[in-house]
Amino acid sequence: MNQEDIKDSDIDIVIGALQPDLTSFLNEWRPVFSRFHLIIVKDPDLKEQLNIPEGFDHHVYTKPDIEKAVGASSTILFSGYSCRYFGYLVSKKKYIISIDDDCLPARDNEGNLVDPVAQHITNLTTPATPFFFNTLYDPFRDGADFVRGYPFSLRSGVTCALSCGLWLNLADYDAPTQALKPQQRNSQYVDLIMTVPARALLPVSGINIAFEREMVGPALFPALRLAREGKLRWETIEDIWSGMCAKVICDHLGLGVKTGLPYVWRSAKGDPIESLKKEWQGVKLMEEVVPFFQSVRLPRTATTTEDCVAEMAKSVRERLGSVDPVFNHAADAMLQWVKLWKSVGSGSSTPGGA
Amino acid sequence: MAQLLSPPLKDDLDIVIPTIRNLDFLEMWRPFFQPYHLIIVQDGDPTKKIRVPEGFDYELYNRNDVNRVLGPKANCISFKDSACRCFGFLVSKKKYIFTIDDDCFVAKDPSGKEINALAQHIENLLAPSTPFFFNTLYDPFREGADFVRGYPFSLREGVPTAISHGLWLNIPDYDAPTQLVKPRERNTRYVDAVMAIPKGTLFPMCGMNLAFDRELIGPAMYFGLMGDGQPIGRYDDMWAGWCAKVICDHLKLGVKTGLPYIWHSKASNPFVNLKKEYKGIYWQEDIIPFFQNVVLPKECTTVQKCYIELSKQVKEKLGPLDPYFQKLGDAMLTWIEAWEDINSPAKTAPSQANGAKKDESSTKQK
Repeated sequence: MNQEDIKDSDIDIVIGALQPDLTSFLNEWRPVFSRFHLIIVKDPDLKEQLNIPEGFDHHVYTKPDIEKAVGASSTILFSGYSCRYFGYLVSKKKYIISIDDDCLPARDNEGNLVDPVAQHITNLTTPATPFFFNTLYDPFRDGADFVRGYPFSLRSGVTCALSCGLWLNLADYDAPTQALKPQQRNSQYVDLIMTVPARALLPVSGINIAFEREMVGPALFPALRLAREGKLRWETIEDIWSGMCAKVICDHLGLGVKTGLPYVWRSAKGDPIESLKKEWQGVKLMEEVVPFFQSVRLPRTATTTEDCVAEMAKSVRERLGSVDPVFNHAADAMLQWVKLWKSVGSGSSTPGGA
Repeated sequence: MAQLLSPPLKDDLDIVIPTIRNLDFLEMWRPFFQPYHLIIVQDGDPTKKIRVPEGFDYELYNRNDVNRVLGPKANCISFKDSACRCFGFLVSKKKYIFTIDDDCFVAKDPSGKEINALAQHIENLLAPSTPFFFNTLYDPFREGADFVRGYPFSLREGVPTAISHGLWLNIPDYDAPTQLVKPRERNTRYVDAVMAIPKGTLFPMCGMNLAFDRELIGPAMYFGLMGDGQPIGRYDDMWAGWCAKVICDHLKLGVKTGLPYIWHSKASNPFVNLKKEYKGIYWQEDIIPFFQNVVLPKECTTVQKCYIELSKQVKEKLGPLDPYFQKLGDAMLTWIEAWEDINSPAKTAPSQANGAKKDESSTKQK
């Protein structure tokens, strides 16, 4: 689809509310968000009422809604940061953009306010080029192109299904890094968008993300829960886990993943040293999964995202189940997610989309 | 008076410059290059006198010198093509090489500050690479950056960096068809990033602004048979890049791309380029899958062994495409033989430094 064909009504902005008062958050985002429909999912563990300012076309989902849609036993899947996945499930739009509720609009090097929605949509509606690295990065950007030596047969690219944005100020570091460098702030606005090459793995952060819902939605799931998962990003790993699955699946289906712009401005919350106690589990688990992801292969018969997720769940159980019980739970959750996606979500996908 | 810091790797790095015109561009680079030793490879007419600006310490080799140093093996060094630069890599005695074209000038960063491209390359080479897992904040070893959440700790040490590939502002390195379609396009975007190219991913390596660790990857930096008497041109650096990347991946070495930028001033004639590139554009379609599928056996534990194995596979798998690849495969072997001849520790060959022609007036100013 061309960017010109994309209407505002093709987009849902999904916000997971982990704090009750979204007033300043939404007011700051008003210039960007007010045109779009918002899906706001309240963390089922949050007791207070949500405070949402006027003037937004939005729908709020709370614990009762979640329970009604997926059953009380499934609600655990959507606790904390994972609540936004419920928004992915119930959306009916072509594109989803999701931003954490502690992020505000950033400014570029010229001081202009960054519109992450527009940038994510540009990323998703221009081809990705995963099979060969272009040294001038995204060749579809204005003022750039494929360089000498780039094979011509690879220049049409593939559909970009996932767009991973970045963060100024508080970057998405893990707890040990943030604890070691408490003053470190990311002030480098790098004017770059690029396709992550095929077979390269990356940590997909859920803080600032956008995707083609039907193509990638089934592959973004809250499956890997830490035993002491908490309400701070340092205490989660679910986005990293599902992002790696999503990348393997995109590689398998010939879909592209981009990273880079847009930036959001992320503010401080919490004590990394406290989080360190909890996040060690996540850090340790990552060590176990890398060889798995580097070698996992999906069968040729898996041609839809849902099938791919089911195959991944099988592989996870077979190869990681004995490493740590958390992986068996993850495999179960992945299968449960596919079931939910088919029953609650609005339909299955084929690569190549609309 | 402030004590000037010694230029980094002053005695461990050679700057290799191929030229057929003149070296006037060195004037602009003087503040950054003067402390370093230059190896000038003069292409084209050996009787032409190339003037090196005063104050630079250099060796200069013309075609006669190449022939004298290499004897019959000289046929692996291209003539009338900047691919001849790899002769400079061969004869250098330093650990690091920086190579730059004579139409590349000092660029400015967005703050207006002049970019010391050499210093940035050195930084890139001295810091590890992380090709096994992509870091979304790019090079984690840069000031102000780090590994992001989810980056496995076991991969945070990184691997040694073998190649640092820089970029160009102003005239971008486009192929002829793109140049013809977009004659006015200029690269004005300064992207403040350095990153490791992931393992298993190929890239188009441009030789205009390039640095590498000669000890780690030197023998793989052969720029092929191009130019005079050859059916192809403007694929020299590409060829070296594909060979070198495959070998780096096999030997767990890193390749970085991004900063530094230089200012590329000269747009070559797109029609001339088209003639040179034409076959390459077609052959590329077979060459790329070849490199993507190359498997180097475990026994290839050195760059030379990898390269020799690669040359065999080139002849076997690309030979059917065109007899040129048989020649190229042979030339790759010749190159390795020449490399061993010149760089083996036992050799104190008279063939080595005699190519140097120093201007009487050129002494290092200190």
